[in-house]
Amino acid sequence: MIVTRIELTLNGRKRRFDIEANELLLNLLHEKPHLTGTKYGCGIGMCGACTVLLDGEPVLSCLTLAADVDGREVRTIEGLAEGGKLDVVQQAFLEEGAVQCGFCTPGFILAAKALLKENPQPSEEEIREYLKGNSCRCTGYVNIVKAVKRAAEESK
Amino acid sequence: MSINKANTHILPVEFKYYAPTSLDEALQLLSEHRGDSAILAGGTDLLVKMKQRLVEPRHVINIKHIGELSSIEERQDGIYIGAATKLRAVEKSEMIKEKVPVLQEAVRSIGSVQIRNMATIGGNLCNASPAADSAVALLALGSETIIASLEGLRDVRIEAFFTGPGTTALGKNELLAGLFVPYLPEGCGTSFMKTGRTSLDIATVNTATLVRLRNGVISECRIALGAVAPTPIRVWEAEGFLKGKKPSDEVLGEAARIAAECIRPITDIRATAEYRKEVSKALVMDSLARARKRGLKR
Repeated sequence: MIVTRIELTLNGRKRRFDIEANELLLNLLHEKPHLTGTKYGCGIGMCGACTVLLDGEPVLSCLTLAADVDGREVRTIEGLAEGGKLDVVQQAFLEEGAVQCGFCTPGFILAAKALLKENPQPSEEEIREYLKGNSCRCTGYVNIVKAVKRAAEESK
Repeated sequence: MSINKANTHILPVEFKYYAPTSLDEALQLLSEHRGDSAILAGGTDLLVKMKQRLVEPRHVINIKHIGELSSIEERQDGIYIGAATKLRAVEKSEMIKEKVPVLQEAVRSIGSVQIRNMATIGGNLCNASPAADSAVALLALGSETIIASLEGLRDVRIEAFFTGPGTTALGKNELLAGLFVPYLPEGCGTSFMKTGRTSLDIATVNTATLVRLRNGVISECRIALGAVAPTPIRVWEAEGFLKGKKPSDEVLGEAARIAAECIRPITDIRATAEYRKEVSKALVMDSLARARKRGLKR
């Protein structure tokens, strides 16, 4: 298998990795920098658990080739907290008890982060519409929506 | 292999990867590896198929880094959309919202934000699903596809682009470069509607309609339906019936009945044929009524 070298900005730091053509971004994140916060859910684009921010936009890392992120910026759940302080969205998820088993949480938080950047004060309907691509099997949606509202409120 | 049996965690297919930055370069690669290559755009269809080994290309040509394939441009009589334009960009384009709102309505209904950040308008068409949401809108808008090969460009009307489930008019050395969407004529109303099990689901039935009113009668009408035939289709019989008639509820209802009679849907995992016929009737009626209302406002 042909190995190529890619360079990307991962959670704010320039990183180089040797990858194979058929390597998925999700597997690269797990296996090389050992960032396991991004979860593997369905593998076919239905659940949103593998959501990462690519150049600031939420995408699915299980359907993205590692080769395709060469030269780009990737942010995972591990890259949100700064200086040991949780991001406002992470803190809001804690406060509202928006985490049950926690498997969907990284995807939800990153999607919510992108939503608030685009629309700092979303309505409940807008939150639900934007987070439609993230599934929570514990069905804790009510608290998740509350958490996003709280994060919006606290960012005012 | 069904999706439940495939290990969707990995991409089990080995291939050579190319990321050309110009259309010529991509066409050269396509011609070199004719028949043994796949065009990668958003990856939301192709990579899922490769995970299941439904397709096993030995060469994968990523066209997302070709600038000329991902732009939305205003032309004299319509809008040009590059094939590799992300669905999210189509959805957010003010020009598309203002000039051809039915396309925005259809694109907004596809998948999730994540999917729309990845998937492209050309990919939605080239995947050639009979249920493609953008396809019915583009059919109702009378769009043209622009196909590129090393020999040059050719235009194909969108009706002729789809040739069957998963198949298109594209030859092995050709790729879809873009779309031309003509502006709506004066007095036109349009509407897109779909039904699905959940809002993230692939459509059970989808429809896009266009109604043009002149002096109180329908001077032009287009009805496109998806997931009711091997390809997304125009329902010419129902369109012909409406032409020259006053757009009363009874007349629109009769057109919807004709549309439902003309289609030959199949029974599959998402719905039975009988259900699709019933739903088509209701959906076409509602969509025509909405297009009529919007046409009167313009």
